[in-house]
Amino acid sequence: MGQYPPVPLLPPKERTKIPRHKIPEQDPMVRRTNFKEVNLGYTIEMAQAEAQRCLMCANPPCIGGCPVHIKIPQFIEKIREGDIAEAARILKEDNALPAVCGRVCPQEEQCEIVCVLTKKYQPVAIGNLERFAADWERENIGIQVPKIEKKTGKKVAIIGGGPAGLSAAGDLIRMGHDVTVFEALHEIGGVLVYGIPEFRLPKSIVKAEVDALAAAGVRFEKNFVVGLTATLDELMQEYDAAFLGVGAGLPYFMNIPGEELIGVYSANEYLTRVNLMRAYEFGPNDTPLINIKDKTVAVIGGGNTAMDAVRTSLRLGAKRAMIVYRRSEAEMPARIEEIHHAKEEGVEFMLLASPIEYLGDERGWLRAMKVQHMQLGEPDASGRRKPIPIPDAIEEIPIDVAVVAIGNGSNPIITRATPDLKTNKWGNILVDKTTLKTTKKGVFAGGDIVTGGATVILAMGAGRTAAKYINEYLMNPDFVWEWE
Amino acid sequence: MNKILEARFIGPNVKLFKIEAPKIAEKRKAGQFVMLRVHEKGERIPLTIADSDASEGWIEIIAQGVGKTTKLLNMLEAGDYIHDLVGPLGKPSHIEYFGTAVSIGGGVGTAIAYPIAKALKEAGNYVISIIGGRSKEYVILENEISKFSDEVYPTTDDGSYGFHGFVTQKLQELLDNGKKIDFVLAIGPVPMMEAVANITKPYGIKTIVSLNSIMVDGTGMCGGCRAIVNGETVFVCVDGPEFDAHQVNFKVLKDRNNTYLLQEKEALHDFECHLDNAFFTLLKKQKNGEN
Repeated sequence: MGQYPPVPLLPPKERTKIPRHKIPEQDPMVRRTNFKEVNLGYTIEMAQAEAQRCLMCANPPCIGGCPVHIKIPQFIEKIREGDIAEAARILKEDNALPAVCGRVCPQEEQCEIVCVLTKKYQPVAIGNLERFAADWERENIGIQVPKIEKKTGKKVAIIGGGPAGLSAAGDLIRMGHDVTVFEALHEIGGVLVYGIPEFRLPKSIVKAEVDALAAAGVRFEKNFVVGLTATLDELMQEYDAAFLGVGAGLPYFMNIPGEELIGVYSANEYLTRVNLMRAYEFGPNDTPLINIKDKTVAVIGGGNTAMDAVRTSLRLGAKRAMIVYRRSEAEMPARIEEIHHAKEEGVEFMLLASPIEYLGDERGWLRAMKVQHMQLGEPDASGRRKPIPIPDAIEEIPIDVAVVAIGNGSNPIITRATPDLKTNKWGNILVDKTTLKTTKKGVFAGGDIVTGGATVILAMGAGRTAAKYINEYLMNPDFVWEWE
Repeated sequence: MNKILEARFIGPNVKLFKIEAPKIAEKRKAGQFVMLRVHEKGERIPLTIADSDASEGWIEIIAQGVGKTTKLLNMLEAGDYIHDLVGPLGKPSHIEYFGTAVSIGGGVGTAIAYPIAKALKEAGNYVISIIGGRSKEYVILENEISKFSDEVYPTTDDGSYGFHGFVTQKLQELLDNGKKIDFVLAIGPVPMMEAVANITKPYGIKTIVSLNSIMVDGTGMCGGCRAIVNGETVFVCVDGPEFDAHQVNFKVLKDRNNTYLLQEKEALHDFECHLDNAFFTLLKKQKNGEN
């Protein structure tokens, strides 16, 4: 009962000979001038041909590699059979935001790296297929509301409308609970709307997936800061359980001279102004950004956020946009695809270098940075080779804007207002590793507020785990809260 | 969206709004602020809560129309809606019994000083209020402030009302006359707060200022509002907005507040030259309560 004719299954030998299908992309020289999506997505023919490559393993390792345990071979088989609606339905049993994850998950280090084909050939393009199925459903039949279990009468508060919270909400609503998401900003999506740029994840897609959750019955309270608008204790009088997915909070700076100069941004601020507040269309939108056109922008850091900021700079018209990273490319935490895309678009990489001072003019505007050149030493605690300053190798580089993308500390608002919520010395909330229960009864936590800065899908995985144990806590009177 | 219950000008370009916001009203303490957006493409701006009533479920804010956003805001009337309103944000003022407390408000800064002066009075302080303006019509909230002050001194730069001179000159006069002052609160333009800090420092008088940094989210996420206090970086939205005036680096605050002067000028120009543009359609929709 598919929407397209099935593609007949070839013998496994022949299937392994099919090369992986590359996803069509906008030309680098064109896309560096616009904010439209870089990846264009598979056609139905490409998707079915790629689906043909899946060997349908009896014990599929890909499912174990996925933080939310999507039934990968099943949904891929449905694509090959031409039943894309069913493929999307299977996806959504495990993933509340498949169109988002198909775009921003690091599949190459999760499901695809463990694909049986990876050793001898190239892995099945699981992420591209996930994206295809989710996009197809949204564009052709509209996002379908999943089956909701009988109402339990239990109320769950989800604090934070980012990936962790949305994924928890998606599961809990299907389990029949009453779910309300509290979001501090004026839009739902957290890092998906303020952090990840339009060219990697269009806001309309996030909105469509959020709307689908609303259609399934999830309630959203925007402009609500738990800890200030109401305390967690007050919410707990009304709700039977809560999940804290408030994300990483305060951006780190390096505490080097000159970081107060105009033109030094945190990546959070730079990206929020451009993405959430749409400063790239200043005029119709009221939020400004320093004029980037024909300027030199240095982005400090080597993660995905740094890549987002530097590629955003090109699109804002920067004359030069560079990554400044203290280790070498091999140690960069960013996805390979993002580094590759950045290079294609003309981003410069200044590796083994770290700013030690920003220099300004008399009006307080940034005009240059001093960088210390580095060499790699022995591996450090993270297992990556540690950068060591090369004596006297200090260079002054004229720049107009610096974007500091070196991670985030934890936001103090909720913990400040909730003394019985225990945190570690960095302010991350302490949780039981299996159940994600906190030290406060009925309250679970997950995502960046627990782990420190990580990825969208890890946060979503935490949201799912929490949802499972919240359900357990609500429905099973024997659930033990006390920590062992 | 939050409904405007009352809106009236209390000075030239200075408008007071009473807004329906029961949750914020219930929680709000003196010194805290809200972030608001006037329309769906608007920027987020911080405004201090001037007053509130938890039982009636409203808060009051006072805005001076200087840029596009505040001018748009000041076009709204009772019955219209604020598109987004979130709060109460920031740490509440630290209120205690100091003895004699001087509350100084410069221009629209008076609106921010007012609730804190009220709280200081309620804590038993002898409250002296100095409220300054360019000329008579810029001296705002005198009646309201008089209710919570033991002494009130309006000042005007041009001498059209009250003391002829700056608020700082009035403060200096009080000190010269031997007035024992235990605490000073100064809120207004950055040069005025800096001048107050310079006056009180040699006397060792504890002095607090409320910083008006540029913010985006107002919850600590962006770091745009960072200031230098006692040589360290602070985030005004979560660590403040109030700080020890003798430790604030006012030069950095002044510079950073000028970041978007060009864009602000451009936006204001476009706004004032296209009085029939899309914003008014938006506002009109909002007036009808449509989202």
